[in-house]
Amino acid sequence: MSAAPPEPVVPPRLPEGEVSATGVNAVAAGERPLVEVRRLKVHFPIYKGTIFQRRVGVVRAVDGVSFSVRRGETLGLVGESGCGKSTVGRALLQLHRPTDGAVKFDGVDMAELRGTALRQVRRRMQIIFQDPYASLNPRMTVGAIVAEPIETHGLEPDKTRRMRRVQELMDRVGLDPRWVRRYPHEFSGGQRQRIGIARALAAEPEFIVADEPLSALDVSIQAQILNLLQEIKKERNLTYLFIAHDLSVVRHVSDRVAVMYLGKIVELASYSDIYRSPLHPYTQALIGAVPIPDPEVEERRERQVLKGEIPSPLNPPSGCYFHTRCPKAIDRCRFEVPKFVHIRRPGALGDHFAACHLVTEHYGVVAAVESGSGSGPVQDADGALRRF
Amino acid sequence: MPDSPRKPPPPDTGPMPAVRRARAPTGEFRGVVRATGEHRVPVAARTVEKPILTVEGLKTYFDTEDGVLKAVDGASFALRRGMTLGLVGESGCGKSVTNLSIMGLVPTPPGRIAGGQILFHGEDLLKKTEDEKRAIRGRQISMIFQDPMTSLNPYLRVSRQITEVLELHLGLGRAAARARALELLEQCGIPDAAARMDDYPHQFSGGMRQRVMIAMALACRPEVLLADEPTTALDVTIQAQILELIRKMQQEMGTAVVLVTHDLGVVAGMADEVAVMYAGRIVEHGSARDLFKHPTHPYTQALLGSVPRLDQKGRLRPVDGQPPDLTQLGADCSFRPRCEFAEERCVAYPPTFEVRHATTGSGRFSHRDLGPSAVSHRVACWRADARPEAGRKTGPTGPAALPPASAPAAPAAPAAPSTPSPADEGGGAR
Repeated sequence: MSAAPPEPVVPPRLPEGEVSATGVNAVAAGERPLVEVRRLKVHFPIYKGTIFQRRVGVVRAVDGVSFSVRRGETLGLVGESGCGKSTVGRALLQLHRPTDGAVKFDGVDMAELRGTALRQVRRRMQIIFQDPYASLNPRMTVGAIVAEPIETHGLEPDKTRRMRRVQELMDRVGLDPRWVRRYPHEFSGGQRQRIGIARALAAEPEFIVADEPLSALDVSIQAQILNLLQEIKKERNLTYLFIAHDLSVVRHVSDRVAVMYLGKIVELASYSDIYRSPLHPYTQALIGAVPIPDPEVEERRERQVLKGEIPSPLNPPSGCYFHTRCPKAIDRCRFEVPKFVHIRRPGALGDHFAACHLVTEHYGVVAAVESGSGSGPVQDADGALRRF
Repeated sequence: MPDSPRKPPPPDTGPMPAVRRARAPTGEFRGVVRATGEHRVPVAARTVEKPILTVEGLKTYFDTEDGVLKAVDGASFALRRGMTLGLVGESGCGKSVTNLSIMGLVPTPPGRIAGGQILFHGEDLLKKTEDEKRAIRGRQISMIFQDPMTSLNPYLRVSRQITEVLELHLGLGRAAARARALELLEQCGIPDAAARMDDYPHQFSGGMRQRVMIAMALACRPEVLLADEPTTALDVTIQAQILELIRKMQQEMGTAVVLVTHDLGVVAGMADEVAVMYAGRIVEHGSARDLFKHPTHPYTQALLGSVPRLDQKGRLRPVDGQPPDLTQLGADCSFRPRCEFAEERCVAYPPTFEVRHATTGSGRFSHRDLGPSAVSHRVACWRADARPEAGRKTGPTGPAALPPASAPAAPAAPAAPSTPSPADEGGGAR
């Protein structure tokens, strides 16, 4: 990009740099999304007592989340710590078994799979973890770490050729192939994250969950890894679920963005819609809180600082979970759970979904997607979701 | 108008010296670049108000098995009342050690102050005895840390940790100290402070712990607050709350703040002056406005180029490679192996050059109305030496902003280590 003018209003589906160059956007009507998540719930029970265990509560980490990931796109999932975004990512791979709801990968319901069948589907979906220190086995060499998925999934039985493949992968992610015999502790954080990426690629996946892959890294290293992820995506026509708490990063990579708060998605739209016209008060506050590295911009910005903190998912507030911190909350928000609906917003560049009484009152609804209280036009909802 | 209606009169610290003055001379100096020699020139030499704290040529070394680790190697800056200095850099660049050196908290044996001065109201802190330092620490100069859990005592109630400071430094009695502690916690936004002040630190959330830390650090109305990544562990909405709190308390008390962070966005919103550190040295220093508008050192440009911005989209331009090993620093510019402009003269570490700009921004030199920031824009890079003035105005981003001064990136430049070895070659076998 040379001499960047003030950013033009670019519809999200026009080719623009790396974002849309994947051919993603040619989603034919009726084409099945790669990943479909319907009313996903992941609850963690809490027990007390050693012998006579009794359940004293339940952490509603993910509490009814629906979205789809189209083939070839990057869906960004943002939210603050504890909002359940990582749990969603893990539940997609069945690393946490969902309490309720469905995860479909390429039309197959993951919850029904066990053993070999599950492993076969899992090969096609890989995850890159946040902490490059904890996610690599310190007793395995880099070569063994990267070779393991190839071996497990029987992709290359011949040992020599497998090693060659490992070295190709290392070379691709920017590691010297001569380092195959080294151990993770000999590498820096950025290099370890590259090992994690090589390992994820080894299984030749179609879908990668990137769970905060940058947050443990230094700024200049973050940019290296971010660019690497973008290049690989383009080369291999991958689909990403990109989980992060940093909105600037998510905006940078995503085609669409979902914002989570306390186990629920509060808003989902194309990146331009989310950043230009955020509808949900939480999204607005979140975007307003991200500092911009330019003193003049910072000086002009209006600062709306949210009061209070995220409530405990053990004991979420009544009504809209956000009403305790929402600057615009009305009475209704205290009692009635808002539905996650398709908002009829003129000028929206893509389908815009939100869960907020004020927004639905103001704009009107195209179709209810997820019923907050358990009774909603579910039939319609799935239809609407499949469309976008 | 720059005259601030927002700023309440300083509460109790005597008459406030007049700090505002006319705009700095501009125009005719446009494009003039001159060398100012070593890092010795006091940063705030041209300001009206005397700095409270001046750090000059600070060198903090650690003796390690691998040799001398030069964590800070000649850092200089000055703090005036009420200003905020942003100290920016990546992990291991020496920004935290600079703060610890000011506090006198560098662990010695391995660490030692190898040179320089830290003048606090004209007196060298490095020459003070341990008792004298203890009297200043926590009272006139205090510090908040990235992780409040490591700096709060887990065995003591929060109330006790704050009253201890007040009793020790201000000689308050138990009851008075307790009343003041409650007041401080309320000021720092702890909801239901009266009920919660007798809780233990683990009963507080991360953001609340950081508020407790701030209450503790500000208990004695310090003149200098050293904030070491105060919001790095927090979520953005909580970060905004904490930054707002620091800003508010700073305005009430006129405290000078050193804000150590790697987040350029935080710096842009908070700092009057910014110093960028790389490998133990300050490579660029100027008013926040100058530095973000005319980033001159290739490292500063690279840092700005590698941050994804919420208000911009486009490919990032990261720097290749990694920061150098601080035990292996040579006499050359420490950024040379990663620098795309490296040339022959970079084998000698560059002196500091002053970069003069035409007027920057809207005329408000310091965006938080604390008077004009008269700090000069200084860069430790040879390229600042002979730059033609043309092209100065090209935006803050990118190598494109800098016209190739001489031959662009001499071919002799040792650009090889784009994939630096994590250890010595062959060290992998075990």
